[in-house]
Amino acid sequence: MAANAVATFGANAPGEAMADTLKTHSTPTILNWQTLANSTLAWRTLSFLLVFAIWELGSLTGFSIAFPRASEVSLAIWHMLMSGELAIAYADSLPPLLTGLTITVFGGVIIGVSIGLARGAEWFLMPLLVILQTAPVSAIIPMLTYVYGISDTSKVVAIVILGLPLVALNSYKGIQATNKSLLEMSRSFLLSRADTIRLVILPSARKMIFAGLRLGVSGAFIGIVLAELLITPTGIGDLITYNRSIARYDKMFAAIVSILALAAITLSLLQWVEDRLFGVGSKE
Amino acid sequence: MGRRPVVWRGVKGMKDATMTPSTLHDLDVILKTEDIGVEYENGTVALDGVSLDIPEGQLTALLGPSGCGKTTLLKVIAGLVTPNRGTVTVRDTAIDGPGRDRALVFQDFALLPWATVLDNVAFGLRASGVPRKVRHETARHYISEVGLSGFEDKYPHELSGGMRQRTGLARALCVQSDILMMDEPFSAVDEQMRRKLQEDLLELLKVERKTVIFVTHSIEEAVYLADQVVILSGRPGKIASIVRPDIDRKGDVDVIRRQPHYVELVDEIWGSLRRYVE
Repeated sequence: MAANAVATFGANAPGEAMADTLKTHSTPTILNWQTLANSTLAWRTLSFLLVFAIWELGSLTGFSIAFPRASEVSLAIWHMLMSGELAIAYADSLPPLLTGLTITVFGGVIIGVSIGLARGAEWFLMPLLVILQTAPVSAIIPMLTYVYGISDTSKVVAIVILGLPLVALNSYKGIQATNKSLLEMSRSFLLSRADTIRLVILPSARKMIFAGLRLGVSGAFIGIVLAELLITPTGIGDLITYNRSIARYDKMFAAIVSILALAAITLSLLQWVEDRLFGVGSKE
Repeated sequence: MGRRPVVWRGVKGMKDATMTPSTLHDLDVILKTEDIGVEYENGTVALDGVSLDIPEGQLTALLGPSGCGKTTLLKVIAGLVTPNRGTVTVRDTAIDGPGRDRALVFQDFALLPWATVLDNVAFGLRASGVPRKVRHETARHYISEVGLSGFEDKYPHELSGGMRQRTGLARALCVQSDILMMDEPFSAVDEQMRRKLQEDLLELLKVERKTVIFVTHSIEEAVYLADQVVILSGRPGKIASIVRPDIDRKGDVDVIRRQPHYVELVDEIWGSLRRYVE
């Protein structure tokens, strides 16, 4: 059922892509619809409304009592915001999430870049990362309870083991994919190793690094929700489990939608950072 | 001018082939390779005993079939490949890697895709510790010299192949080294553009006094451009012969390309290369 809600955010992507193509092909006109077609916001709103409508109609058929209408869920979000329920839940979830995200983002990039640059680190860390990436990590999350108990540390570790390998592996691949000819060129123009990394290797790897970061951030959100569902019944995970157990499906969906919204906002923020850092082609 | 070319042909073994032509005694040798041997990790011998003199201020072409080790030889001279044996000396000093005295132009241009023409050209000076302003001033000068004025702020993907190679050339000129090395510089551009670039290169070299070593697989290009053509035979790479074309380059290009002497020489080199290709 959560897949339906996911579609709300996933549906943004094609709309965006379409808006981009239109942007490049059409010249500004006075026609209203065309200006509208050029606006990313308009496409986003449209796709959101479309999914909202399908959801609303779908649940009206009443095929399951555990599938509330979109309008009911919206209302539940509003009530939970007002009553402070969401605020209380997020007060529990946000601190470990932020810690975990920070470690995932910075630790992942640093580890990935170092194994890309140093042979020794590659031999040492690669097998571990590959296992973490391919193993069904959610299966070992309950085991964290034995080590760290029911604590924020468990949540942070869950986030990091789900997110960090993705960031590290992509950063590593990005570094490895540096054009050999550019490296040879840097050597022939006597560039120091540090400058080669700063001016050639990192800029050429940045697309892969940011692709890894997007995957890692998604992984981190999966990590926090899994941890709160499976080990520590607190925060947003508790809100989901509790409302399910008392059959308040509108509130359960409200909690799910809220965490999806937060994930979407975080990813947009990441995009914004990437655009700010490398937006109009990096100058020397 | 216009006299018969002097051809030394190594019939058996190396020694004959590396015989220094008498005319070379009048020229200063700026770079020398002695008994260069390169063997790849898989056991393939890429170069075997290559000894070569590069006369100062002249254009030397390294010519040969694919896989004859000509690019490897250029990279050894550039200091990018360390030979298993033998030495490269520049003005009697042995090299131990890339140096400020040599600048390389790459076959695939090797431009930074995220940097503008100006930044790409100035990139060559990055390691020299010159302030950014000076780097850019120098870069602008060479950008105009290779005929790219007005394209300073363009990115490589916005340029044609010929313009990208001009950018690569400007970057190599920017470091103001005496020796300019070019690895099949015009192979990635179309035929018309190649001719234009060849002519422009000759024009440019009248202004910039450089020693040029370039790798090519085109006999016409070697004869048209070079003062000295070094013909390499493949597997393992050895010097087969050295030819000094001595083409009269005054006057119209198309006339030059129709000179009997030019045509004869191309045929002759093709005759000597044919057996390595078959």
